[in-house]
Amino acid sequence: MSKEDNNILDEITQSEYKYGFVTDIETETAPKGLTEDTIRFISAKKKEPEFMLEFRLKAFRHWQKMMEPNWAHLNYPKIDYQDIIYYAAPKQKKELESLDQVDPELLDTFNKLGISLDEQKRLSGVAVDAVVDSVSVKTTFQDTLSKHGIIFCAFSEAVQNHPELVRKYMGTVVPYTDNYFAALNSAVFSDGSFCYIPKGVRCPLELSTYFRINAANTGQFERTLIVAEDSSYVSYMEGCTAPMRDENQLHAAIVEIVALDNAEVKYSTVQNWYPGDKNGVGGIYNFVTKRGICKGANSKISWTQVETGSAITWKYPGCILMGDNSVGEFYSVAVTNNRQQADTGSKMIHIGKNSKSTIISKGISAGKSQNSYRGLVKVTRRAENARNFSQCDSLLLGDRCGAHTFPYIESDNKSSVIEHEATTSKISDDQLFYCNQRGIETESAIGLIVNGYAKEVLNQLPMEFAVEAQKLLQITLEGSVG
Amino acid sequence: MKISEKQIELQQKLVNLYKDYQLDVFAGDRACIVDQRMQSIEFFEKKGFPTINEEKWRGTNLTEALSKNYQHIAHPNHAGKDLEKLFQCDVHDFDTDILSLLNGYVVNGGAALRTLDNGTIIGSMSEAMKHMPELVDKYYGKSDKIQEQSLSALNTALAQDGIFIYVPDNVELRKAIQLVSIINHDDNLFVQIRNLIVLGKNSKLQLLQCDDTTNHKSSFNNSVTEIFVDEGANLDHYKLQNINNDSSLVNAIYIKQEANSNVSTNAITLNGGLLRNNVFVKLNGEGAHADVLGVYLMDRKQHVDNQIFIDHAVPNCTSNELFKGILDEEASGVFNGYILVRKDAQQTNAFQNNNNILLTDTASIDTKPFLEIYADDVKCSHGATIGQLDEEAMFYLRSRGITEDNARMLLMYAFAADVINHISIDPLRNRIDDMVKKRLRGELSICDTCVLHCSNPEQEVEFNIDLSKI
Repeated sequence: MSKEDNNILDEITQSEYKYGFVTDIETETAPKGLTEDTIRFISAKKKEPEFMLEFRLKAFRHWQKMMEPNWAHLNYPKIDYQDIIYYAAPKQKKELESLDQVDPELLDTFNKLGISLDEQKRLSGVAVDAVVDSVSVKTTFQDTLSKHGIIFCAFSEAVQNHPELVRKYMGTVVPYTDNYFAALNSAVFSDGSFCYIPKGVRCPLELSTYFRINAANTGQFERTLIVAEDSSYVSYMEGCTAPMRDENQLHAAIVEIVALDNAEVKYSTVQNWYPGDKNGVGGIYNFVTKRGICKGANSKISWTQVETGSAITWKYPGCILMGDNSVGEFYSVAVTNNRQQADTGSKMIHIGKNSKSTIISKGISAGKSQNSYRGLVKVTRRAENARNFSQCDSLLLGDRCGAHTFPYIESDNKSSVIEHEATTSKISDDQLFYCNQRGIETESAIGLIVNGYAKEVLNQLPMEFAVEAQKLLQITLEGSVG
Repeated sequence: MKISEKQIELQQKLVNLYKDYQLDVFAGDRACIVDQRMQSIEFFEKKGFPTINEEKWRGTNLTEALSKNYQHIAHPNHAGKDLEKLFQCDVHDFDTDILSLLNGYVVNGGAALRTLDNGTIIGSMSEAMKHMPELVDKYYGKSDKIQEQSLSALNTALAQDGIFIYVPDNVELRKAIQLVSIINHDDNLFVQIRNLIVLGKNSKLQLLQCDDTTNHKSSFNNSVTEIFVDEGANLDHYKLQNINNDSSLVNAIYIKQEANSNVSTNAITLNGGLLRNNVFVKLNGEGAHADVLGVYLMDRKQHVDNQIFIDHAVPNCTSNELFKGILDEEASGVFNGYILVRKDAQQTNAFQNNNNILLTDTASIDTKPFLEIYADDVKCSHGATIGQLDEEAMFYLRSRGITEDNARMLLMYAFAADVINHISIDPLRNRIDDMVKKRLRGELSICDTCVLHCSNPEQEVEFNIDLSKI
């Protein structure tokens, strides 16, 4: 490797996290530790109906019987679940009606993040639900949405105002018995977003949620539920950041999507939790369960994710393709640097006839990071003519990182066609030479190549996010991405 | 998951067996073998038989296979067996040195351990343990990963015999060695075969390993083969597996390759109740190359599982995996390829491919092509497909008047031929070719005797197709 390359790689490993500020907002927290009392405390704080408390307690009792999974290609010290604050909320004196009433500190936070609630409201027409430390602080554009009958609000509001919908759909895609972190979330989740698109409605706005962990020693456990009724459409975006802290913070979220007949849901994530410093101190442990169910015929769920943050990422957005002719898509760019570790991929479960799924995963590892793709494609006996195509490519920048691929492919059906392919390589000298020869500096050339490599996925992102995602790639691989 | 009582019973029975054998059967063992046996049985007792709770065994459930009442024989008794009839195996035009194992013990045709003119030693493992202590001690039980497998540990603890081959430096064997293992016993049998094959520098060996059962009794063959390939040596290894539908075969092969060595191992799985191939290849010297290939043709309720682990420990090595399978009726298959490229193993090229055809909705396949890579200057790729016969090709053949059955057979044969064409020994390739054709026509599984036995050089097996039409 040339000296110049080395310089660039050094720069990569020295890039800094730009969202690491702490906002000085008064927060109200629950005492550390997790017992049934904690759960009752959270539930009482949120003035929840009885069925929610029941649900939480059932989940908690189940969680106590479960073991933390250890099959992922991840290495982290044991998490002490009693050393975490399970509830932290920005102190709010009263209900807010307009942006002016939002804590200016908080607004400032969002401005720093580049998501000015105000700006977005006026200019881009994106409805934003901002969640700080597990509590939804502001949802913009409520009025426009409600004209169409769309419900887009904080999860806790939905529990109060639309308990019948929450009751009907919550836990149907990710039951609390699903896995260790889903059970934990079901027991202690504090807030999140709820979105309901009625029959035949095409949501006129891109819906967006911003998650931010602010308080120290807290875990964030949010829960998102999206229900798309017959023939509806929604594009939903999610972004996340956290301050720089030396201790690790736990983030265990659940996202559930239900798509009924002919409905389409597009879910995009730009995940940029604090990844820890270059020696691997601090950072978010991101254990997320995301799943959608294409319940109706011809329904479609599409996941797009750009994963640049978190010390540990454990995340497998998936689709249960239950309806005939339903479609599941997964597009992912996962970048790991320094000592980050990611074990991420997708699950596609084919049940409906003629169901189709596509998985495109691009992993980029730099520094001393470990980046794994882990995915499952399962075709059941009923799923006649099911079709899957998976492509998982890994790019290695530097000789101390790792890139791994663990696909699971299971077929019980003779008429299905499944293809999987994967490659692992580094940026070849030929490619660099070609660019250099045409006057493109090595630094820009690497950027060009990485961008081209991730293009297939970035193209799937909504406009607003595509720009941000590219910026993030730049920050994560600073010095190499042009 | 609850482990069946029968399984625990069998486990206890085998552990007790070890304790009994300690006093008489193993009494003659040298100290280091005694140690290995002791450590291994302790490990096995602690871990037990693998269950589907273990990641590597998720797709293969041994419960049923282990629930039969197996006998374990400590003293071979070949009396009353017509050995000549049993081992009437030959491949036309294929001259080999045959080593025969009956129920896990070497059939003592001539000397149990013989030295060929060129210095090659072939024969019984138990004899080698007695007479070649320095060679055996250097290699026996020294393979990587062998200590981590509970079935291999069981084998180390209880194995008494198998095949020993030593090819000295710079010796190229002109004749292939054929290792025929037949199980034929009046009771259900649990067999532990232990083979050790050592290739000296720049030596060359062609090895054909056939596993057969020749009656309808159940058996569980827990076989372990350790292969050490020194610098510049060349090994061509073929496994032909054709056992009855009530029998199980777990075939663990540990290969360690030094610099510039070349190994090709090819598993042809034709019939059997439960078949599992565990292949561990360690590329331990620069410039080493490994080809790990396989084809499996299963039907009824048969199960096949290929677990391939390739460890690229040093730079500049290449490996290539290709497995192709056709699953019919209620057959199930598992493929798990695992390529590990260690931190400093730069300039590695590793390829992995698994293609499957499912013929019925009741057949199933799980395929897991894994890559674990810690070096950046590598070219690694893997692919896996599950599908059906190409409809366009089918239409092409049908439009030329070929019956559907024949057309299907022809396409299946063409699918499998990719792997078969890699067989570098012509007569063997033709033979296996015939067998695959027979297997596809459903004739092979009704064959009661050894697969190679039905060789009839006069009559080529052909599909009933007028090729001039195509």
